[in-house]
Amino acid sequence: MVEESETGRECASHRTSDAAMTASEVDLWFGREVLPLEAALMQFLQHNWRNKSDIYDFRQEVYVRVYEAALKKIPDRPKQFVFATARNLLIDRVRQEHVIPIEAAADLEALEIAADTPGPDRIAMGREDLRRLQAALDRLPLRAREAVVLGRIEGLSRREIAARMGIGEGTVAQYLARGICELVDILYGEPPNVRRQP
Amino acid sequence: MSERAIVTNARDIDARAAEWIERRYFGEWNAADQTALDTWLEESVVHRVAFVRLETGWRRTERLAALRPFKSGRAAPSRRNWSILTGIAAALGIVAILGVIGSNYFVRPGERVYATKVGGREKVTFADGSQIELNTDTVLRARMTTKERTVWLDKGEAYFQVKHDVHNPFIVVASGHRVIDLGTKFLVRRDDNSLEVALLEGRVRFGVAGGHPQSSLLKPGDDVLATAESISVTRKSTQQLTNKLTWRRGVVVFKDTPLADAVRELDRYNNQKLVVADPAISRRTISGTIPTNDVTGFIRVVRDVLGLHVMNDGNEVVITR
Repeated sequence: MVEESETGRECASHRTSDAAMTASEVDLWFGREVLPLEAALMQFLQHNWRNKSDIYDFRQEVYVRVYEAALKKIPDRPKQFVFATARNLLIDRVRQEHVIPIEAAADLEALEIAADTPGPDRIAMGREDLRRLQAALDRLPLRAREAVVLGRIEGLSRREIAARMGIGEGTVAQYLARGICELVDILYGEPPNVRRQP
Repeated sequence: MSERAIVTNARDIDARAAEWIERRYFGEWNAADQTALDTWLEESVVHRVAFVRLETGWRRTERLAALRPFKSGRAAPSRRNWSILTGIAAALGIVAILGVIGSNYFVRPGERVYATKVGGREKVTFADGSQIELNTDTVLRARMTTKERTVWLDKGEAYFQVKHDVHNPFIVVASGHRVIDLGTKFLVRRDDNSLEVALLEGRVRFGVAGGHPQSSLLKPGDDVLATAESISVTRKSTQQLTNKLTWRRGVVVFKDTPLADAVRELDRYNNQKLVVADPAISRRTISGTIPTNDVTGFIRVVRDVLGLHVMNDGNEVVITR
């Protein structure tokens, strides 16, 4: 195997290997290094783009570009890489659309500021996470919240939740799927004014 | 990747990824579902990224739930409109039992799956020195890091020898219950309708997964049996507990065990199933030690010692008077 020659320089953060990463390695790296930057990334995107309905698509596009790059080689400096990718994306879009939605002068400075903001994982876990989780649960519609609490905290299956709540399994599935989406958004620190209406 | 230009609504893809996660955690999940998910993930990096993001985040919420009850006073009292949590002897939650653990299995970040087949046995040693021994037909997932040690027993039975770490509790989640080690050796066995936790050494806390602060501190010799309706704790002698662990050396020990129970126990280890056809003989008792995979030897005892008739119809071995 070609990778064999690389074994001498194993060190996750300083890896210079050109060997392709496996998807699960990248998944781990992505969860550990990139996702904690989401709050800062969303803030950056929001700050630099007027049309808020594009934000989720941008986030997705940034993640895809970062992930694809990581499949070839894990970036040495994840934070810089993520924000450089976001910035390039915005610039591409400006060129494509022949509009200038970027706030004057906000571009570079915002990038610098955002890149220095600690991600949620850099802040102590625990109390803060608990608070966020509760806030996220509270934001769900009553029935959806009940389903999520029964499923997540009590460990019931979809069928058991349906029986407990006296509703169909299909409805429970919808509640749970929505709950998963929203809880993760909030845990990764979606900026308040980009949130969807309940 | 090529379809990226066509399908670009990120929120739709997030919703789709959330549906997959919901199905895997809360619905029935089999090999065909896993194949379908793998196919979907392969279709596009867009899919994979959305899935990895939601899955990673969703796992974080699980960790929070696991921490809740033992951090007393953390949650504001007003939040306790989660009254559904309190006072419920937890129903047995079947959490995403995986049909097939193949090479295709999508490994969630930081998590590993360990599984044994019928008749199999495996010992796993982790970096912290903790050991888990899996009995027959068992599936468990482990997330072992310097910040978290959680094991989900999805199916079967396992014996845990835990290196205690006051800063990083070792948590076992099974059937909607939770065992938190306080330095210890214990056995967890999950059956269709019940969960058994037997403590051999040290101390553990046993409670409902996530929910409310009701939990019990178990002492060595405590044997907990939890069903959907009740939780009972009985005291067991060292000998009785040791007999529960003989599978670790590949044998089962029967002592005045009713035939029906002995057959049920042996069936766990073998694909060739035994059936007791007559309720009258199912109460006959047997004693002795037998290798877990020795169906033939068991049949011989049943025939020669108990004087019963045995018919082998290919799939099943039927025991009659």
